[in-house]
Amino acid sequence: MSGVHAPPRAPQTVRPARPPRLWPTVRALLRKELLVELRTLESVPGMSLFAVATFVLFHFALNRSSVEGDLAAGILWVTLLFAAILGVNRLFVADAEQGGFDGFLLAPVDRSAMFVSKVLTLLAFLVVLELVAVPAFALLLLGSPLPPALPGLLATLALGDVGVAVIGTLVAAMAVRTRARDLLGPLLALPLFVPIVIGGARATSPLLVAVHPGTPAIRWLLTLGLYDLLFGLIAYALFDFLLED
Amino acid sequence: MERTRPIVYGKGLRPLSIATVVAMAVSLSLVFFYAPLEAEQGFLQKIFYLHVPLAIVALCGFVLGGLLAIQHLRTRDPRWDMRSYVVIHMSLIFAVGTLITGSIWAKGSWGHWWVWSEPTLVSFLIVFLLYATYQPLRFAIEDPERQSRYASVFAITAGAFVPMNFIAVRLSTAYLHPRVLGSTSNLPGPMALTFVVSLAAISLLFATLCKYELTAKHTRAQIRALRRRLAGESAAAPPRARSAAPSLQHVTAMSARATGSSAP
Amino acid sequence: MAALEVEGLARHYGEREALADVSLSLDAGQTLVVFGANGAGKTTLLRVLASLLRPHAGSVRVLGSSLPGEAWAVRARVGLLGHEPLLYRELTARENLRFYARLYGVEDERVHELLESVAMHARANEPLRTLSRGMVQRVAVARAVLHDPELLLLDEPNANLDPAAIELVVPLLGAGPGPNGLRTRVICSHDPIRGLAEADVVLGLRAGRPALLRAGAEVDPDEIAELYR
Repeated sequence: MSGVHAPPRAPQTVRPARPPRLWPTVRALLRKELLVELRTLESVPGMSLFAVATFVLFHFALNRSSVEGDLAAGILWVTLLFAAILGVNRLFVADAEQGGFDGFLLAPVDRSAMFVSKVLTLLAFLVVLELVAVPAFALLLLGSPLPPALPGLLATLALGDVGVAVIGTLVAAMAVRTRARDLLGPLLALPLFVPIVIGGARATSPLLVAVHPGTPAIRWLLTLGLYDLLFGLIAYALFDFLLED
Repeated sequence: MERTRPIVYGKGLRPLSIATVVAMAVSLSLVFFYAPLEAEQGFLQKIFYLHVPLAIVALCGFVLGGLLAIQHLRTRDPRWDMRSYVVIHMSLIFAVGTLITGSIWAKGSWGHWWVWSEPTLVSFLIVFLLYATYQPLRFAIEDPERQSRYASVFAITAGAFVPMNFIAVRLSTAYLHPRVLGSTSNLPGPMALTFVVSLAAISLLFATLCKYELTAKHTRAQIRALRRRLAGESAAAPPRARSAAPSLQHVTAMSARATGSSAP
Repeated sequence: MAALEVEGLARHYGEREALADVSLSLDAGQTLVVFGANGAGKTTLLRVLASLLRPHAGSVRVLGSSLPGEAWAVRARVGLLGHEPLLYRELTARENLRFYARLYGVEDERVHELLESVAMHARANEPLRTLSRGMVQRVAVARAVLHDPELLLLDEPNANLDPAAIELVVPLLGAGPGPNGLRTRVICSHDPIRGLAEADVVLGLRAGRPALLRAGAEVDPDEIAELYR
């Protein structure tokens, strides 16, 4: 163990030539997010298990062994959204409790980097969730074959995920430093998610049919796209106001 | 040298109230005595003159709340937050009115207290669920400055959500059923006139109620500020109870020194 | 050039005044020690200087840049060590410091040096939640000086540190040479003896207002004690 050292000279390398740009900061934040998630496994396993458990519940609640069309699309999207809410609730907890906001706010970085990194993190969580939930759904409840539906389904999920990630990040940041954070998060998020459910479920339902499966109607994909764009911009613009003390 | 004028809120409140009462009276008479009975739905259809203006005013109110919140974030002046709060609060009440009148109308025309096939009603339900969280959100944040800031972020997001939601719900109900409760376009002359007058009356009602609430809050804040000044600098401020409404204490102190700006 | 110029600073929390009418000036290389009871506004003042809180009235200039408008320009030159270590408990000391190093644009080499300076080199790869408070505080010190700031803001820096550890961090947090040869410090302290020993300027806060602002040499411990009555 080393004893008392003379204070390290300030090497030339310490002083940055200019403040770090957005993308390196986002990368640094993402690395931190992933490390924390891998160590704690707080979000992703919980979300995935929750989704599978919900499918089981639906089997008993609806008394059906297989579902198709509208019913299938509805069960899938609602389950995914509720599982997403679990992730949303945990998104900023580590930062809020361990002073991560202050640490980040003190740093000479573009503050939007936190928004971008959190959206990407939540997006990553959603992708892993779906990697578990969609096959589980196909196994447990879906009455039509999955492979032909996959391309359309993946496209719709991608668009929906972006919306969920954007709104989820904004809502999580709003709720985390309030008194009733676990309650307010879902209460704020669920109405905001309604257009995603509309677009997602309506787009997906023709795919999940055994006989003559269709393709997702463009209008629903456009709805999702519009939603993503609108709220992506708004959330990006407003997020910094939530970070200040 | 700065001239200090006492700030007078509530200027114009009386003429506004009178105008509202007159407009409401005219509108009600038109509804009951002038507008023709609609062929299919009969007398119950007249609730349309209440339901649709309530809906329009509530929607505009929510969007206005978002715009006022943008001003608050830009200027950090708590008065904008107060205006945003009051407008949203009032719009929520009008939204509940929309849901109730819509439900009565649905029961009368369609036999059910709720119909999913009416996109306006459905959109309002969602918007109501969203804005119902506004006050709990505010109440859950104790730091008043943070409360105002977070509320503004919410108001802007929700304000943008209102039109987006309408589009999405419209699309989803559009090709399921035809519009049940009738649209506002293609109204024959007398009905159109009655509708426009009703809309004006409800808008005036909204504006007046908002102004009343703003005046009351500003006055209360001024009284509190005066009491504190009377009690002296050294007196500790009695802790204000936790509240969802914005605090204006420092604004009244600031404004009392500046040249008076009037009305909320 | 003055390192700190504060004029009429005020900050309120709802209807309560957290800070009011605070004015002071500090030259580069000087140490300002702030005394006051809990709730007197010491931490608020520090957080305003750190650009974490905006002033509600008055003007604040830190290292030549005015806050909050030009805060972005000074963040790289200011370090804060507050009550919270601002470290992630699930990550190791090294991972935490590396994370901050990336945010500040600092080389990994410096992380290595600092871990040695605070004698955390041996346990740098264990999650912080397995370490004692004293060790976490040492890592927090490393975090605060990682980017070799010109202005150090310290909120009761010796809390949670045993005497041996205090010895370790003195060279890091002390009034030693900074990047331009002069390190300016603002220290919140509850310890009149130790605090006065280090102070070039003393500020005493009572209920958010300055009750005392004088050169350190002219203040005696009794006046500090008065602030706590």
